[in-house]
Amino acid sequence: MQSRAMAMAALMELLTDQPVIICNGFPSREAQKIADRPTHFYMIGSMGSAAAIGLGVALAKPKKQVIIFDGDGNVLMGMGTLATIGALKPKNFIHVVFDNEVYGTTGNQPTISNVVQLEKVAKAAGYVNVERVREREDLVYEFKDMLKKDGPSMLLVKVNEMVEDAGRVMLDPPDITKRFMNAIQ
Amino acid sequence: MIESDAFVQALQDIGVDFFTGVPDSILGGIIAELMERRLYTPAVREDEAVAMAAGAYMGGKVPAVLMQNSGLGTSLNTLISLNYIYQQPCILIVSWRGQGGKDAPEHLVMGEVMEPFLDTMKIPHRTLTEKTAVEDLRWLAETFMKQRIPVALLITKGVVKGLHP
Repeated sequence: MQSRAMAMAALMELLTDQPVIICNGFPSREAQKIADRPTHFYMIGSMGSAAAIGLGVALAKPKKQVIIFDGDGNVLMGMGTLATIGALKPKNFIHVVFDNEVYGTTGNQPTISNVVQLEKVAKAAGYVNVERVREREDLVYEFKDMLKKDGPSMLLVKVNEMVEDAGRVMLDPPDITKRFMNAIQ
Repeated sequence: MIESDAFVQALQDIGVDFFTGVPDSILGGIIAELMERRLYTPAVREDEAVAMAAGAYMGGKVPAVLMQNSGLGTSLNTLISLNYIYQQPCILIVSWRGQGGKDAPEHLVMGEVMEPFLDTMKIPHRTLTEKTAVEDLRWLAETFMKQRIPVALLITKGVVKGLHP
């Protein structure tokens, strides 16, 4: 199984100017280290909100394909948002969930995603396309496919617990907002 | 009593073009009017609604979130660790349940502490009245744009026409 950072780097290679909302904790820190782009919105708090922030962007910018980099703990915390997205069916919404089955930032306490299959919850809630992948080639294949399709889509990526040595998000929150707004205009 | 359509029009006139939230009976007339105008995106929780508002703001919209005051408790962390610190303004249209101690038991504590609670959270707020409505809306528009944070307009029972007059 690959690390989240490796999976994230593989997906970032396929992205250009799409807005990307990245959940709080290690995922935002790793994304900033792999490639810091103005189209990245790094969350540092408000756990569970990545998909809802992304939904707001997707509704406001229907011509932009909005990408969410989320985690299993985050999705479990804001699971109601899967229903909101499934009901509204924004076509421009791709929800990537890096699932390592732990709350990594706080010391690897187990989540319950080893039992609850989040992509199945998303499918039941009304997501149009859902896939679960493990290997890098499947990840790249399915993500490319989702970039071509109408969503909402969820790509659940099983990853290991390895964490990239990455510091805290360096930008001030108001600067993240301004930079992101300018980049997605 | 302020008509719901006049209230919605006043919000549109100050530039609000994205509405989300979770319903309350006091807000029933406003939400019905928003749905008629196809302006309302329903949320399942108030913290989800304020996060959607943050996203919509960054996508160029001027957002408002409708909620019962109980929803302030639900959305507290999102309001302060997202909207507030990232300077993502939104207008909170909050119904004041439990005002004056006259309501169902679950509303009484929040009804009593809501204003000091908002002060503690550093969320500017004002209570809408029919007499001062024009001023209230002007204050809302100015405070929201100047401070770039969530700002609350409190709606008490009977000030804006509900679903069942």
